[in-house]
Amino acid sequence: MSGLAGKSIGELLRLYRKGEVKPAAVVNDCIDAIDIRDRVAGAFLEVFRDDAIACAEELGREDPGSRPLYGIPVAVKDNICTRGRPTTCGSRILEGYRPPYDATVVERLTAAGAIIIGKTNMDEFGMGSSNEYSAFGRVRNPWNEECAPGGSSGGSAAAVAAGMVPAALGTDTGGSIRQPASFCGVSGLKGTYGRISRYGLVAFASSFDQIGPLASDTEGCALLMQALAGPDGRDATAIADNCPELLSGLDAGLAGLTIAVPEELGGWELDPAVAAVLDEASRAISVAGSSPERVDLPGMETSIASYYVIANAEASSNLARFDGVRYGLRVDSDSLKGLYTATRTAGFGEEVKRRILLGTYVLSAGYYDEYYGKALAVRKMITEAYRDIFSRIDLLMLPTTPGPAFRLGERLDDPVSMYLSDIFTTPANLAGLPAMSIPAGLSADGLPVGIQLVAGAGREDLLLRGARGLEKLFRFRERFVPGGGEA
Amino acid sequence: MSSGIEYVPVIGLEVHAQLLTRTKMFCRCPAEFGAEPNTMVCPVCLGLPGALPAVNREAVSMAVRLGLALGCTIENESVFARKNYFYPDAPRNYQISMYDRPLCCGGSLVFEDGEEEVSIGLERIHLEDDAGKLLHDRGGHSLIDFNRCGVPLVEIVTLPVIRSPRHASLYLQRIRQLLRYLGICDGNLEEGSLRVDVNISLRERGDETLGTRTEIKNLNSFKAVEAGLETEIERQRGELEAGGKILQVTNLWDAKEKRLVMMRRKEHTNDYRYFPEPDLPVLTVGDDWIEDERAKIPELPLERERRFQREYGLSAYDAGVLTTESNIADYFEETVRLTGEPKMSANWVMRDVLRELKTSGGDIGVFPAGPDALAGLIDLIKEGVVSTSAGAEVFTAILESGESAVDAVRRLGLEQISGEDVLEAIIDRIVESNPDALERYRGGKKQLMKFFVGQVMKESGGKADPVIAGEILRKKLDG
Repeated sequence: MSGLAGKSIGELLRLYRKGEVKPAAVVNDCIDAIDIRDRVAGAFLEVFRDDAIACAEELGREDPGSRPLYGIPVAVKDNICTRGRPTTCGSRILEGYRPPYDATVVERLTAAGAIIIGKTNMDEFGMGSSNEYSAFGRVRNPWNEECAPGGSSGGSAAAVAAGMVPAALGTDTGGSIRQPASFCGVSGLKGTYGRISRYGLVAFASSFDQIGPLASDTEGCALLMQALAGPDGRDATAIADNCPELLSGLDAGLAGLTIAVPEELGGWELDPAVAAVLDEASRAISVAGSSPERVDLPGMETSIASYYVIANAEASSNLARFDGVRYGLRVDSDSLKGLYTATRTAGFGEEVKRRILLGTYVLSAGYYDEYYGKALAVRKMITEAYRDIFSRIDLLMLPTTPGPAFRLGERLDDPVSMYLSDIFTTPANLAGLPAMSIPAGLSADGLPVGIQLVAGAGREDLLLRGARGLEKLFRFRERFVPGGGEA
Repeated sequence: MSSGIEYVPVIGLEVHAQLLTRTKMFCRCPAEFGAEPNTMVCPVCLGLPGALPAVNREAVSMAVRLGLALGCTIENESVFARKNYFYPDAPRNYQISMYDRPLCCGGSLVFEDGEEEVSIGLERIHLEDDAGKLLHDRGGHSLIDFNRCGVPLVEIVTLPVIRSPRHASLYLQRIRQLLRYLGICDGNLEEGSLRVDVNISLRERGDETLGTRTEIKNLNSFKAVEAGLETEIERQRGELEAGGKILQVTNLWDAKEKRLVMMRRKEHTNDYRYFPEPDLPVLTVGDDWIEDERAKIPELPLERERRFQREYGLSAYDAGVLTTESNIADYFEETVRLTGEPKMSANWVMRDVLRELKTSGGDIGVFPAGPDALAGLIDLIKEGVVSTSAGAEVFTAILESGESAVDAVRRLGLEQISGEDVLEAIIDRIVESNPDALERYRGGKKQLMKFFVGQVMKESGGKADPVIAGEILRKKLDG
């Protein structure tokens, strides 16, 4: 291994443009790294060896300056459709299914010169916070094999953290990019709802789902976001306006940004390392300009409940199509109802079943107003409260998660504690706001902790500029490497 | 045995009409029929994982036009909703429809039943997508054709205000006529581009409380609507008079056996768990869009029918027949414009044109004798060049050859003889060669006039102008 697979996107682009390396060398290094490290990590469900190498060789004949993501290997979460290639969503029910079309993001990656290296493991249909709910094996955290990588984009986060690939796509419904990014010590970005087309993303909860990048630094996230964002006629919920320019102002610094921190965190006890990085960031912000304003976080008591009611309601309907009639797993029976029941019983895991049942319940006659209707009202209230906050400030800084990665198996028997690890991430999904986690420090056990920034709707430019500012402060990537403590 | 209580039927109709859009409701697949099964499909209408709907604006335009024509309120904001149910003809296992915020609210359809003007109040009109077609018992399997899946539908729901099976049938005929006038649905009940479900309950006269309602499906003709409802009304009445209770059921109409077959008990049906479709934003139809659609609405059937009576002096019956279809009304009006003869034009269109269309099963849009050809013929009759009876022959010739009326008359030699000199010569010959008849006529047997007229027509090959010939004959015979 040459270490090329562990470079950042920006570093690789500069090497290509100087003519010092060719895409094939980078792709080969990614494949070598996957072959060696993924046996333990379990981050990949499928590696597109031949296609990736062929694509790299073809790109090798092009001018490296011709495309924004020239020769960048990218791993794609397995709930994003890749034409003719398995797309399982981490579920038995889609075992063997090969979509006849590419997701918009896959088309855009390819057009931008990126090379799809493979598909990453995930919690089944994105439902989980530890990647333990995958039907195809758990993923191990590159910083500690006994720990969860987070979820649901655990495979994508682990692949980047372990240096198997410079970047990956994840999806974030309630924190599924940011939480694993924090657990694995990488950067993860979820744009404004609708910033990136969902066409070809197998839906979990349609009104929350967003595809976004995971990369080793903020520049990588910005480069990927810029290539993926933008209107798409095939997704009616995609934002019609173009994404703001993200790269030119990336290094403008923290000075001049109005950053706020929460007045209190609703009684949540933070791991000391999380509290420490927040304090350090606050001090740096004060040095750069004015002390961070303190705001009350809207809906700390209600957001998780509202989120789970709405997300599960949508999921119960979205997942209805997996019935064994047309594609994927089919367990035969002598009646139609029997076919549905047998297929879905065998095809879905426990957590997915739990959520389908909850979602079906909250939409049922007699319960709709009490649960779904009320959750929508809470969502509206939270959205408006955030709109008000972001009319006064540029960025909100808060923890990504209360603590670092938990141990594998630790929370499997307690779904509510698993749900509560999303406490700081779901508000951005409820309000449709862009949010990002960047790695900030290590816990006492040597596990990464992240810091989260949230911006107003449509302001990914401010978000990335702030994240870049904090990244320069913490210099996480220069200081720490997985398994090695201090770099 | 009668209990002495009088029961009044309360009927509501739900009509589903397939819109004549080029593409489907939420994808770009052609909304065409008759193609090989499963060839007009894509990831979106197949409901494949990850595919998303995008609204067809043409379908929205058509629904808005329909709503305006029926006097509905067009909502500036309406919301698509998911109707969740498991069935293999719905590949997502939910239908995208509208629920508590439909596109069109209120409105009514007005028609005449004899002297009575009937107004049927509407609850709503909304947009949704059609399901696929199941083909059962194909070699022991059930097959699914998804070509129809995703074709745009409007659902038109009446209030429960229809009072008789006859009015239900008239309402359906008038809705079909309106859809065809607007050019948004071909209205084929047999092939299912227009489908109707009816709800029916009985209430006691004088009591406003509605009874338990039942539903009838599979009503594939106007007759079936009437017969199905009559059968169900009798059944419910019998049940109630025997002291029984009406169960909430869905029945299928068996047109062959003329009977109802129970399909399911309503209590066992799905809770559809409607909720707003998260893949589609609120449907916004601004006032500009609404006004654009209003401008595209043609003169509507009832207005046109009334204008025909007023402007052309037609009877209510004739005006009704001539306005059944807008293209027939157009044909008639163009003929009138060319001839200035509303009554003659009406007679020719209603008798000859419509009969020909009925026997040939053709469409007036591709009818071989256009209004100009018919007008040419009417002019020749008016000018006395051909007789009315010869005119029918000329019309047939035009249909076969496509030539003009003048050419057909010339080719067939059907010009009427109205020259007095020619007719006098013929009549002189006839009078001379029938001395006996002449004698008896002059002796008082005036009925023999008919005989002489017949002889003149025979001698002239049917071309003699009967009026002029009659005048000359009378002069000769009486003279």
